[in-house]
Amino acid sequence: MAGKGMNLTLKIWRQSDANSPGKMVDYKVTDISEHMSFLEMMDVLNEQLVSKGEDPVAFDHDCREGICGMCSMYINGEAHGPDRGVTTCQLHMRMFNDGDTIYIEPWRAAAFPVIKDLVVDRTAFDRIMNAGGFVSVNTSGNTQDANALPIPKADADEAFDAATCIGCGACVATCKNASAMLFVSAKVSQLALLPQGKVEAKERVLNMVDQMDKEGFGNCTVTGACEVECPKGISLTNIARMNQEFLKASITADK
Amino acid sequence: MANTGSSSTSIGRKLIMAASGLFLVIFLLQHFLINFTSVIDEKTFNEISHFMGTNVLIQFVMQPILIAGVIIHFVMGFILEMKNTKARNVKYAMNKPSANSSWMSRNMIYTGAVILGFLGLHFYDFWVPEIDLKYVQGLEGSPTRYFHELQHRFEDPVRVAIYCVSFVLLALHLMHGFGAAFQSVGVTNKRYLTGLQKFGKIFAIVVPLGFIFIALFHHLNQ
Ligand code: HEM
Ligand code: SF4
Ligand code: FES
Repeated sequence: MAGKGMNLTLKIWRQSDANSPGKMVDYKVTDISEHMSFLEMMDVLNEQLVSKGEDPVAFDHDCREGICGMCSMYINGEAHGPDRGVTTCQLHMRMFNDGDTIYIEPWRAAAFPVIKDLVVDRTAFDRIMNAGGFVSVNTSGNTQDANALPIPKADADEAFDAATCIGCGACVATCKNASAMLFVSAKVSQLALLPQGKVEAKERVLNMVDQMDKEGFGNCTVTGACEVECPKGISLTNIARMNQEFLKASITADK
Repeated sequence: MANTGSSSTSIGRKLIMAASGLFLVIFLLQHFLINFTSVIDEKTFNEISHFMGTNVLIQFVMQPILIAGVIIHFVMGFILEMKNTKARNVKYAMNKPSANSSWMSRNMIYTGAVILGFLGLHFYDFWVPEIDLKYVQGLEGSPTRYFHELQHRFEDPVRVAIYCVSFVLLALHLMHGFGAAFQSVGVTNKRYLTGLQKFGKIFAIVVPLGFIFIALFHHLNQ
């Protein structure tokens, strides 16, 4: 393999902590195999840096198989890079060519402040979930069998599709308004479509949208960019459903 | 208790934007149909214009509603733009929005701002003289003046050029806006949404082109 891999120039955002100013720094990596994932390429770079006694590039990752939603890099102007339907950990180096310059930046949003280098604070999503992204279930031991509630297949499928959102934040990173609507609408839809979610439907959508606004995310302009860059193909239809749920809940709210 | 669907929530603002936008679309169609009669028959155009200009319901109910609709729409547009700019406080060093969204969808504020400028000019050209004549000077005005005024306005090639460019930008505004509004108000039926969005695209091209046609027609038939 030696000598046959790609030589790349990386332009990476470096920022030592939340309060320091950051800047783009150039790095070179050599002999990168096309079979590597993007994160493996980053590992190669970090080994180089460590062996030179320099500070490695901090980036989020966990499962490295596209299910946890931790990896989060803005690569060459696109969230999770140029491929479609994949997270950064699933992005192959074969999407790039020998001699390429690759820009690597953190998610940019006022609601996602940088912690270090490419790591951003996405706890805003957790606070939105805490505001209503759940159903209250009796866990006293006599829980009802899930199959006792009939659910139309179409609804179950749509709820499942919405539930595949891994909370990575690529939608926010991509949106020109840094709007979190795709994420929030996936979480609202997933429960709004099922009978178990109906009980708290009204407060859920109002509280989650309220929290979303408080976190400082932008508004939806229906550019559709989020849907294109979302690794899980979450549909824009969810936003229409959330707007519908919100309107319904607002009109009928007690206060 | 959380905020409900008022102008203080993101979705509330969005619903106001969509509702006012759709209202303006209906107004635009009505305006287009009336203007189009000027190409077909001078007398019909004068009659309809006279009716619109003197009918109490239209003058004192519909006209204020329309002006309010325009103001709500563009003020909300600027508010949203300010909030959205704040939500992305640090820009990307390298961004490729063309990979995932249309130019129209990303530039609504700019196409909208040009339309606003045009509306200012349009008010100055047609509306201010009418209001001045009818309500300031308190004159009757000839019921056949409308056609000649229209023709007169389209004499100057610079005016016609400004008019045409503005309508191209309105077409771009609506090519995104019309379809987007249905999404905003919560249409989830995929068949309806696809149909409405297709209709919106056609409308966005045909109606502004129609306005351009009317302007050129009168410019060339002085
Ligand atoms: C007066 C100047 C105008 C300005 C400044 C303006 C501005 C805007 C902006 C910024 C948006 C995008 C809002 C967002 O982020 O979602 C928008 C959407 C829209 N505009 Fe306008 N606009 C103007 C005039 C018009 C006119 C004359 C029409 C119709 C004839 C129109 C129809 C629409 C529609 C249908 C939408 C889509 C609403 C949605 O996305 O839900 N606009 N406008
Ligand atoms: S909607 Fe898609 S892009 Fe947004 S957080 Fe969920 S998985 Fe990530
Ligand atoms: S590391 Fe888990 S999705 Fe990429």
